Amino acid sequence: MDTEEYRDHPVRSYVLTSGRAHPSRNTLRPETLVRAVESRPLLSTASRMERELVQLCRGTLALAEVAAYLQLPVSLVAVMVSDLIDAGHLAIRSNHQAHVLPGKDILEKILDGLRKL
Amino acid sequence: MDSASSDRTASGQHLAPTVARSVKVLVVGAFGVGKTTLIGSVSEIEPLRTEERITTASVGIDPGQPNKDTTTVAMDFGRITVTEDIALYLFGTPGQRRFWDLWSGLADGAVGAPVMVDTRHLEDSFEVLDQLELRTKIPFAVVVNQFPDSPAYPLERVRAALDLLPETPIVECDARDRQSAVLTLITLVEHAMTFPVFQKVNA
Repeated sequence: MDTEEYRDHPVRSYVLTSGRAHPSRNTLRPETLVRAVESRPLLSTASRMERELVQLCRGTLALAEVAAYLQLPVSLVAVMVSDLIDAGHLAIRSNHQAHVLPGKDILEKILDGLRKL
Repeated sequence: MDSASSDRTASGQHLAPTVARSVKVLVVGAFGVGKTTLIGSVSEIEPLRTEERITTASVGIDPGQPNKDTTTVAMDFGRITVTEDIALYLFGTPGQRRFWDLWSGLADGAVGAPVMVDTRHLEDSFEVLDQLELRTKIPFAVVVNQFPDSPAYPLERVRAALDLLPETPIVECDARDRQSAVLTLITLVEHAMTFPVFQKVNA
């Protein structure tokens, strides 16, 4: 076994997702923006990691940021986020389809923004 | 008992409530070419690191690897709120051969990729450029990161050595300098705008 790049987590990661490796939706990307739905607090049975995740998302963050702060792989956080969206605790903030490329109008706005930096 | 997570996201790390759209670019390049430096120069947050697990089974070209193994790849990334409603994410993508399978997934939805090269080790970039063209259709711009001891080659010589298409932009950059890093992103987005795939308006 290649131990050099292997790093274990205190909790076996896939315990957090009941062993699932794939999210219930396939529109989540590392850059997808998510945010907690404040009117839907977690039940008392929620796991500690779910609590931490929803707490993090009280402001808008990208999936990759959530993963970085939780120190968990992006693919695993995608499974958790997907479940929390299904349960109404999180919402996707980005108002676009994940598979749709940005159009010319968006690129122009980005260019304008970059030129002002 | 929620202090741990509050500490991790100090206020100000969240995006502004007006941000409703995210767009990404992939910062591609060989190991040590300055990807994280470039990301750090322009990012409004301290660059973050995520890990992704990938199965190297399908690669099968690393003689030292057993048939099936999972490995962890670290990706550094940063973000810029470019307008009040758009956040631009920059993902540093490792250039090593065993990570190439990761690219097609990451490239999905990306505006493009600044490909960073180091003229002291230009040969490290040949395969990265080939694979980027082979595995993705995303626009890219070549960014020659100027290290203090980089030989001063004219850009046209670097272009010829890398066998770039005439329309592929190539720019010099000091990845440590914010304005210089921003200019590479401007070059990339301007180039992306010439691609038919980005022509339609979807506001």
